Amino acid sequence: MKIVVLAKQTFDTEAKITLDSQEKINREGVNLIMNPYDEFAVEEALRVKEKHGGKVTVVSLGEAKAQDILRQALAMGADKAVHIVVDELEETDEYTTATILAKALSGIEYDLILAGWRAIDDGSAQVAGRVAEILGLPMVNMVIKLEVETGKAVASREIEGGYEVLEVPLPAVVTAQKGLNEPRYPTMKGIMQAKKKPMQKLTLADLSLATQEVAPKVRARKYFLPTPRVQGKIITGEPAEAAATLVRLLREEAKVI
Amino acid sequence: MAGGIWVYAENQNGKFKKVTFEMLGAGRQLADQLGEELCAVVIGHGVGELAATLGEYGADKVYVVDSPELARYTTDGYMLALSKLAREHQPAVIFLGYTVQGRDLAAHVAQRLGTGLCTDCTGVNIEDGQIVFTRPIYAGKAFVEAVFAEARPVMATIRPNALPAAEFQPGRKAQVIESSATFGAGDIRQVVREIVCQASGRPELTEADIIVSGGRGMKSAENFKILEELADVLGAAVGASRAAVDAGYVPHSMQVGQTGKTVSPQLYIACGISGAIQHLAGMSSSKVIVAINKDPEANIFKVADYGIVGDLFEIVPLLTQEFKKLLGKK
Repeated sequence: MKIVVLAKQTFDTEAKITLDSQEKINREGVNLIMNPYDEFAVEEALRVKEKHGGKVTVVSLGEAKAQDILRQALAMGADKAVHIVVDELEETDEYTTATILAKALSGIEYDLILAGWRAIDDGSAQVAGRVAEILGLPMVNMVIKLEVETGKAVASREIEGGYEVLEVPLPAVVTAQKGLNEPRYPTMKGIMQAKKKPMQKLTLADLSLATQEVAPKVRARKYFLPTPRVQGKIITGEPAEAAATLVRLLREEAKVI
Repeated sequence: MAGGIWVYAENQNGKFKKVTFEMLGAGRQLADQLGEELCAVVIGHGVGELAATLGEYGADKVYVVDSPELARYTTDGYMLALSKLAREHQPAVIFLGYTVQGRDLAAHVAQRLGTGLCTDCTGVNIEDGQIVFTRPIYAGKAFVEAVFAEARPVMATIRPNALPAAEFQPGRKAQVIESSATFGAGDIRQVVREIVCQASGRPELTEADIIVSGGRGMKSAENFKILEELADVLGAAVGASRAAVDAGYVPHSMQVGQTGKTVSPQLYIACGISGAIQHLAGMSSSKVIVAINKDPEANIFKVADYGIVGDLFEIVPLLTQEFKKLLGKK
């Protein structure tokens, strides 16, 4: 089973967001991690490999630092990493990213492509779907349980109010939702081995893509921070009294009941 | 004039998702400003009679794609149906809800149509003749305004509960256009084997007007019962913080936060939640926040409109009693 995982480096979930002097998102001093949903995807790929044999390749598009998450995936047990470096692009959107990833994937053999269902930074939840569309593959989104058999996958995916079980032929794209598994930590041995594993670097030129071919369809024109919430009233008094006051304020002052 | 402002009217068991009416509200304004028609698209099987409701919520035209193969949602089936319709009629704009179904469908259709997609939008405006979308990033820790340069159709998914719903005008009629969809063998590759609903009778977290949420301070799965009792009096949904999910008290589907659901209810009642930044990111767009926590230093109090410092096991049942009295329930 040849498995490809698409992974993205994101800000830590605890990161505070500020704007820089150009009014863009300030990346200085922010702790970077593997997108948590992609970590579930890496873990699942390793589990499928452990059960069926095969090879796991992790692919990431991003700046130089993104190799940290690729090293992490290799240390967890992935076999190979592909890092697509696109420093020349000033602006990107999900169309850009998907076009580049799909082009890179067309040079890799796969039976299954795994990815997180969304990244916790832009929350856009569309790159995997676009990649599936470009490559002509069936997709199952937000998977919480995956069984791979010869030529097909049976996946349970989260839907509102429950879940549904789908069967799709392989190769397919499957995105991971929290609950799918518990990602392993890299071991010391894994970290040592990761240093010897192959990390391929690709550029747009290597993929024979011109910058205009991957020009974004959507452009950001302004970033801003939310108005901070201010602390409201602390309701004091005996519990029964406080509860009654709160209910009264919600009705009369806040008017939400 | 182009082919209109389209709203994908997501329906489940013969009922539209609330976000459908919110999109029709935003779509109506755009349509009026741009001199376009407001169109709704209904996909499914036996869904023709739903079209009338969409007229009453402002749609000028309703496209109905009805086929036995579309009785259940599949990515392939719905993607083929919607992209075929869009190719035929060339809409200027397509809106879908940022729901499980909407975002799956939107990504595929956007790629099929070779266009962009703004996801999870909380604002839609026209400035200098361009549609400007506002959407949260980093789970609401920042926002971005985005525009489409040339790509058409302009596509966006809209966050439920973020925009006001369209006005209901009983008896208002839309022109209904039936459209066909035929599928060849292998066109729909997802085979639905089973649908398991764990219906609690409570509203969806992302659509709920009121949410009662519990954190690590709940101490056990059983204790969530007191939140459920309060939620049932209020017709609210029950949520949880990551700490409560990671402790195994409740399933992940209930998690509110950066690695869970982002919610925007009218009222959010946080019980035993300390207010980690990852949780605040998911709920700070709530209109009114109430915090109940033993620790007066808890971060949650810094964002709460109303706070009670105290034992939630004592306070929450008292609140339930008070709300019952107020709402005349037994």
